[in-house]
Amino acid sequence: MKNRVELKNHQREIFNFRLRLFIGMGFTLLLLGILLARFVYLQAMRHDYYQTMAERNRISVMPIIPNRGLILDRNGLVLAHNFSGYTLEITPSKVSDLPTVINELAKLIDIQPRDRKRFKKLQTESHNFETLMIRSRLTDGEVARFAAQQYRFPGVEIKARLFREYPYSDKTAHLLGYIGRINQADEDKLDDNDQLANYRGTDYIGKTGLEQFYETELHGTTGIEQVEVDSAGRAVRVLSHTPPISGNTLILSIDAKLQDIAEQAFGDYRGALVAIDPRNGEVLAFVSRPGYDPSLFVDGIDEENWKALNTSLDHPLNNRVLRGQYPSGSTIKPFMALAGLFYHTRSPAQAISDPGFYTLSGSSHQYRDWKKGGHGSVDMFKAIVVSCDTYFYGLAVDMGIDNIHNYLSRFGFGKKTGIDLEGETSGLLPSQEWKMKRFKQKWYSGDTVSVGIGQGYSLVTPLQLAAATATLANDGVGYKPHLLKEVKNSATNQISKLENKPEFDLKLDPASIDMVKRAMVAVTQPGGTAVAASAGAPYSIGGKTGTAQVVGMKQGEKYDASKLDERHRDHAWFISFAPADKPKVAVVVLVENGGHGGGVAAPIARKVMDYYLLGKIPAPVLPKGIKPADAPQLEAEHD
Amino acid sequence: MTRQQIWQKMTAHLDLPLLAGMALLMVASLLTLYSASDHSFERVMAQSANILVGLCCLWVVANLPLHYLMRTAVPIYVLGIVLLIGVALFGEISHGARRWLNIGVATIQPSELMKVGVPLMMAWYFEKYETSLSLKNYVVAALLLLLPVGLIARQPDLGTALLISASGFYVLFLAGLSWRVMGGLFVAAVASAPLMWSMLHDYQRHRIEMLFDPTQDALGKGYHTIQGMIAVGSGGILGKGYLNGTQTHLDFLPERTTDFIFAVYSEEFGLVGNLILLAIYFFVISRGFVITANASTYFTRLMAGSITLTFATYAFVNMGMVSGILPIVGVPLPLISYGGTSMLTLLLGFGMLMSIQTHKKLVKS
Repeated sequence: MKNRVELKNHQREIFNFRLRLFIGMGFTLLLLGILLARFVYLQAMRHDYYQTMAERNRISVMPIIPNRGLILDRNGLVLAHNFSGYTLEITPSKVSDLPTVINELAKLIDIQPRDRKRFKKLQTESHNFETLMIRSRLTDGEVARFAAQQYRFPGVEIKARLFREYPYSDKTAHLLGYIGRINQADEDKLDDNDQLANYRGTDYIGKTGLEQFYETELHGTTGIEQVEVDSAGRAVRVLSHTPPISGNTLILSIDAKLQDIAEQAFGDYRGALVAIDPRNGEVLAFVSRPGYDPSLFVDGIDEENWKALNTSLDHPLNNRVLRGQYPSGSTIKPFMALAGLFYHTRSPAQAISDPGFYTLSGSSHQYRDWKKGGHGSVDMFKAIVVSCDTYFYGLAVDMGIDNIHNYLSRFGFGKKTGIDLEGETSGLLPSQEWKMKRFKQKWYSGDTVSVGIGQGYSLVTPLQLAAATATLANDGVGYKPHLLKEVKNSATNQISKLENKPEFDLKLDPASIDMVKRAMVAVTQPGGTAVAASAGAPYSIGGKTGTAQVVGMKQGEKYDASKLDERHRDHAWFISFAPADKPKVAVVVLVENGGHGGGVAAPIARKVMDYYLLGKIPAPVLPKGIKPADAPQLEAEHD
Repeated sequence: MTRQQIWQKMTAHLDLPLLAGMALLMVASLLTLYSASDHSFERVMAQSANILVGLCCLWVVANLPLHYLMRTAVPIYVLGIVLLIGVALFGEISHGARRWLNIGVATIQPSELMKVGVPLMMAWYFEKYETSLSLKNYVVAALLLLLPVGLIARQPDLGTALLISASGFYVLFLAGLSWRVMGGLFVAAVASAPLMWSMLHDYQRHRIEMLFDPTQDALGKGYHTIQGMIAVGSGGILGKGYLNGTQTHLDFLPERTTDFIFAVYSEEFGLVGNLILLAIYFFVISRGFVITANASTYFTRLMAGSITLTFATYAFVNMGMVSGILPIVGVPLPLISYGGTSMLTLLLGFGMLMSIQTHKKLVKS
C-alpha cells in the first residue's frame, strides 16, 4: 500500500514536472515567436527604411572641384591659369596645442611670420573644423620631410590643390582682379543665386575684376563622386563618378603685349591708360598704375601686406581706370565744340578775340587763359588746336550748363559705361538740378565757366573719357566698352563670340565731326599742343591734351610745377585716336601729377599706337636715375 | 575490440540529434565569423579550437556517470563563491567593472563558472531534500541563488546576474515552486523596479533608456542598437549575400564577432536565414526538452530543464538585443559568438544533457 502511494506520488510528481516543462516549452516558443515577429517587422516590413539607412551609412557624396576657366588675351596669351601644388593644412579642431604644433612644423617646413599671421587671420574668419592652409606651394623636399613625420602631427595634412596664377602679376591685377577664399558674404550671395550646391568643395571665388564679373563662366560645374566609406569615413571604393566640367575659357579683347608696353611706358608714373577699338568697343589695354601682386590675395593676405597696400600714397589698390574720378581738363574741349555746333551757339568760322582772360558780363573777375596775353583771334578750329580757354569759357556760358549736361551725357559722361567689371564709378556731369540736390544751391554762371574747360564740378573716369573718345573717333556711333571677346566652352570647345552691336548712334552732323576731328589732328601737328605725339609717325593721329588741376590757383598766382610738391602737380591727360581718317584705336592716357598732357601723356599714347598699328616695340624705359649708357641693351622681341 | 566497438564505446554517451543541431550552429558560427572578422582565418581557427576544446570537455562530462556530476556540485559552487568574493576584494577593474581575478597563471571570470555552478548546486540541493520538500527548502535554494547573483550584480555585471538568476529561477520553477509564491514574487519585483532602477549604474540606465529611443544618442550609447537594427533590417528577405554585408564590412557594426555576430548573420542571410537559425535553435531546445522529460531522477530533470531553458534564454536575449527589443546586456549568441569561455560553459551544459540522456538506461537496468 505504502509502496503504491509512493508510486502514485512519483507519477504525480512526474506529471507536475512535465506540466511545468510544458509551460517552459510554451514560454520558449513564445520567445522565439517574438523574435520571429521582430525579424519580419525589421526585414520585411521596414526593410526599405533600413536599406536606406545602410546606404546612407556607407555612401558619401564627395564633390570634385572643377578646374577654373583660363583667361587668355586676344592672341591666346595666358593671363590667368591654374597649376597644381601642395599645401600644408591644419584642422584647428583636431589639434590641441596649436602654437606648439606650428612651432614643431616650422622645424620641418619653412614657415615665415607672414604665414603665421595669415593663418591667424584665416582662423578668425573660418570655422574651427575647416582645414586651413598655413603654407602653400610646398617644395618636393618639404612634402617628403613632412610625409615622413606626419604621424607626429594629427590634424595636419598635405593637400594637393590647384592654384591660380597670374603670369603678368601686377600688370593685369586691376583688369583680372583675383580670387580669394569664399567668405560668409560670398556664401550668402551664392545661396541667393541657388549656386551653393555647385560650390561644394570649392574654396575660392572671384573677388574683384574679371574673376568676379565672369565668376559663373569661370567656375564650371562641380562633379560628384559617390564613394563607399567605412565607419571611420575612409573611402573604400568609388561607386559612381560624374566628372566635373571645367570653367569656360575667357578670351579677352585685351592685347597682353600692348598692355605690357603701356605699363612699361608709364615708367614710375602713376596713372591710367585705356585703349579701345572704336569700331567695336573692344578694350585693347586697360592699365591702372601702380598695380599690385594679386597672388597676395589668393592665399589670403596678411595684415602687414594689407596695411602696406592700403596706406601707400600711391594707392595701388585703386583701380584708376574704373574708379578714378578726375577733372577732364581740356580733353573735354572737342566734345564742348560739338555741343556748341549742335546747339548753334557758335558756327565754326565765328571767331573771338582772346585777350588772355574771360570775364562774365557785370563782373570784374578774370578767368585766365593758360596762355598769358591770349591767342589773338580764335575760331573753333584754332580753339581746339591751341586749347584756347577763353573761347571755351564763353562757349560754355553761352550754351548754359543744362545744354552742356544734356549733350555730354550722350557721349556717356556722368554715367557708367557698363563695362564688364564691377565697381565702376560714374564720374560727375553737373547740372542745375544736380547742384540743387547736392548743395541746395542755385547754379551760377561762374560755375559754368570752369566746366567749359573741364574743371569745376565735372569729373570723369579714364574709362568714360576713353569710351567717349572712341565714340567721337567713330563719328558718333558708340559701343559699350567691353573686355570679353569670346568664351570658349570647356566641354564642347565651341567658341561663342560676343555680339558687337553699336550701343547708340549720335547722328552727328558730318561737317561738325569732320571739323572737330581735323582740329584734333592739327593738335598733333606743328602749332598744336601735342606735337611730340605724332612726330615721325607714318599715320596721322587725332588727339587732345588736358591738364587737370590738383590744387586751385589763387587769382593772379602763377602755376609753377617746380615749386609744387610732386603730388600737388597737375594731372596730365591725352586723348587720341589713330589713324585719324579711319580710326582703329582710341587711346586715353592719364598721368597723375604728370604736368602737361602733351609732354608726358602723349608719348605714352604714341608708344601704344605704334605697337598696335605698326607692331613697333618701344625702346625700354629706363628707371629714374639711370643714364642710357648704364642701361642693359634689351633685345626687342616681336611676333 | 574491433574498431567498430571502440567507436561505439567512444560515442555511447553522445546524443546524436543534439550533437547534430549543435554542429549546425557551430558551422554557422565559423561561416559567420569568417565574414565578421573580414576573412580572418586566424579567428576561424581560434574559434575552431574553442569548439574542439569544448567538445572534449563535453565528451568527458557526457561520459561521467550522474553521481560524479552530483558530487561536483558543492565543490564547484563553493569554489565559485570563494572566487567571487576574491573578485570583490582583489579583482581587476576594466571598463568600470570588477569582473576578473588574476590567479597567477591566468585571469579568470568566476561569474562564468557560476553559470553552471548555481543550477548544479540548486538541483543537488533539491535532490537531497526531494522526499521532504517544504517552503523552507525553496527559501534556502533561493538564497543559494541570490548569494552569487548579488556578488555578480555588485561587480557590476547585470547581464550575467540576470542570466544566472534566470537559470536558478528555472530550477525553482521546475522543482515545483508554488504558483502563489511566484505570483507574489512577480508582484514584488514589479513593485521594487523603481528601487532597482536607482541601484543601476549610469551606463546600465543609459542602455535601457536607449532601448526605448536609440536615436536619442545615435553616435553615443544608442549607436550599437541603431547599427544592429540597420544591419538586420537592411538584410531584407534574402540578405545581402555571404560576405556582402555593408554594415559588417564597412565597420559600422560594433562587437561583430562577439555579441553582435547575429547582426552580421542577419544582414547577409536575411529573414530566410533567420528562420533557418531559429529552426535550428528550436530543434536543439526541443531535444533538450525531450531529454529533460525523459530524465530519470529529480536532480537530472531539474538540471536538464534548467540547462535547456537557460540556453533558450541566451539565444532570445542576444537576438532580442541585436534586433532592438531588449537592452544591450552583453550576452553572446550561444554556440555562435566568438569566445572560448562561453563556448566551454555551453558545451559543459550540453555534456551534462548528454550524460543525463545516456546514463539513465544504465540506472534503470
